[in-house]
Amino acid sequence: MIQHLIVFPVVLPLVAGILLLYQRQGLVRYKRTVSVVASILLLFVSIALVNQAASGDITYYALGDWQPPFGVVLVLDRLSALMVLVTSILAVGAVIFACGGDDEKGSNFHGLFQWQLLGINGAFLTGDLFNLFVFFEVLLLASYALLLHGGGKARIQASVHYVVLNLAGSSLFLIAVGILYGATGTLNMADMAHKLSNLPAEREGLVTAGALMLLVVFGLKAAILPLYFWLPRAYAAAPAPVAALFAIMTKVGIYAILRVYSLIFSDQAGGLVALEQPWVWWLALATLAAAGVGVIAARDLRLLIAYLVLISVGTLLAGIGMRSPAATSALLYYLIHTTLITGGLFLLAEMIGLQRGKPGTRIVKGRPLVQGNALALTFFIGAIAVAGLPPLSGALGKALMLNAAEGGERLWLWPLLLLTSLASLIALSRAGSTLFWRSHRGSPSGSNLSRYQWIGMLWLLSAAPLMVAFAGPVSSYTQATGEQLANPQLLINSLLPDAGDAQ
Amino acid sequence: MEMLYAITTGILTACGLYLTLRGRTFPVVVGLTLLSYAVNLFLFSMGGLTTDGAALVNEGTNIADPLPQALVLTAIVIGFAMTAFVVILAMRARSEVGNDHVDGKKEDHE
Repeated sequence: MIQHLIVFPVVLPLVAGILLLYQRQGLVRYKRTVSVVASILLLFVSIALVNQAASGDITYYALGDWQPPFGVVLVLDRLSALMVLVTSILAVGAVIFACGGDDEKGSNFHGLFQWQLLGINGAFLTGDLFNLFVFFEVLLLASYALLLHGGGKARIQASVHYVVLNLAGSSLFLIAVGILYGATGTLNMADMAHKLSNLPAEREGLVTAGALMLLVVFGLKAAILPLYFWLPRAYAAAPAPVAALFAIMTKVGIYAILRVYSLIFSDQAGGLVALEQPWVWWLALATLAAAGVGVIAARDLRLLIAYLVLISVGTLLAGIGMRSPAATSALLYYLIHTTLITGGLFLLAEMIGLQRGKPGTRIVKGRPLVQGNALALTFFIGAIAVAGLPPLSGALGKALMLNAAEGGERLWLWPLLLLTSLASLIALSRAGSTLFWRSHRGSPSGSNLSRYQWIGMLWLLSAAPLMVAFAGPVSSYTQATGEQLANPQLLINSLLPDAGDAQ
Repeated sequence: MEMLYAITTGILTACGLYLTLRGRTFPVVVGLTLLSYAVNLFLFSMGGLTTDGAALVNEGTNIADPLPQALVLTAIVIGFAMTAFVVILAMRARSEVGNDHVDGKKEDHE
């Protein structure tokens, strides 16, 4: 049982998704129960996985007992365990929120939701480049359908862009994987890293091309500057629980960049060491700047939060661009914080929009809200956390990031990160004061919100104080993760015991 | 054979790319399909091109790399599903938005 634990985050949502397909309409209670129970089970499994990974051992699960490098493997190290945990925490919040009524606006919400979890968890756990592609496709297919959940013109238009871009991205992914396979003769990431250390010189060009094409693909998923234009519209149009789950989707891209370039193109990769670094670093800074402008310009609360997601993408990528264990540790702490808080804010925006009625989430004057005080208080907490003001987790995350920058990097990162924080602070305070204070006279609008929506939203936003209270254990875990990632030989040795001898 | 193969893949990719950049959904869908064909061909060639080789290791000396064939099979299945999805999506967009422009505009110039 315990040795099969690694495959559970993939199998559990798969089985739950199949159970949920039983009937397209109706059976609301049954579906909600199955989906919530599956998500909570996933949470327990991922806590167990983090416990297992925290010891520092790297374990793998060889499907069908085909040993690496030939078989398909799922690899559990500190990073993948952490990412699966963040996903499942987010999923529990989003699923509970969806039980408040969003799931019945279209068909098969819960089934698709579980399958998206399957794709995301698989992408985090896999140790194989082609399987990464397959899991990307699984999560994308589920996300296409989820983005359309409930229908409507805005969603369909955003979907067309999102689907076409991602299909083109998938083609590019396959080309890149093909090139890397052709040049190295393997698809297993650990084996590829091992093979790169004695790569014939004439193949370096090919591998460079493949590696940079992969960066384009991951950049599209993560929404780096020239490739982010799909994100604000898609996230603003998506149904709230889906948008909350999408908060982890950009992090899948970031995880892939972190994993592939720290493992395959590590210090052992000869002439190919850190070939992504200049691209990632400068594009991350440019993304930060563009997202800061976008946040100020957004006239809709959901669009504003979508740009906050972009700010987090820029910040995280800058952390990857610094390429040091300290920066990795800081960015992982920031990643947990930003995923959960932006997810919670998407849910909160939906609740505000529901209660406001006709003006929705547009930042304009409206009638006072029935539960205005409670919503305003949670918005205030969420805004403080996401803008990075003390005493909540955003401040700590950003301080860690700023602290991790060294020398010349400070010159660029400090002003940009602080200015975008200022921009988001201005935008959020403007949005909050318009939404809650500048209201018309008259009777309050809207009816009371569902209990489930409150629970789901508060579950995610409570991460902000909790991550400060438990900052010690969390940051010591992320520090250990950073060190583990900086030493990819550990992973290679545990997957390929023979590889060490050749060195 | 390599030359012919490379030219075919290249032309397919170029046509696919051109069509993907068009403004209407139908050419975009066709472009994506062409791109996925090109990608399948490309993947197939990544193990090296072998004629009359068995995709099994212990069958004589002339063997073809079996892995790209498995990869192509996966890629074809996924590509098929995606094409079906994007066709339906384009039709929904056409009926909901009222025209087939990818940005939902009536005319190319506004």
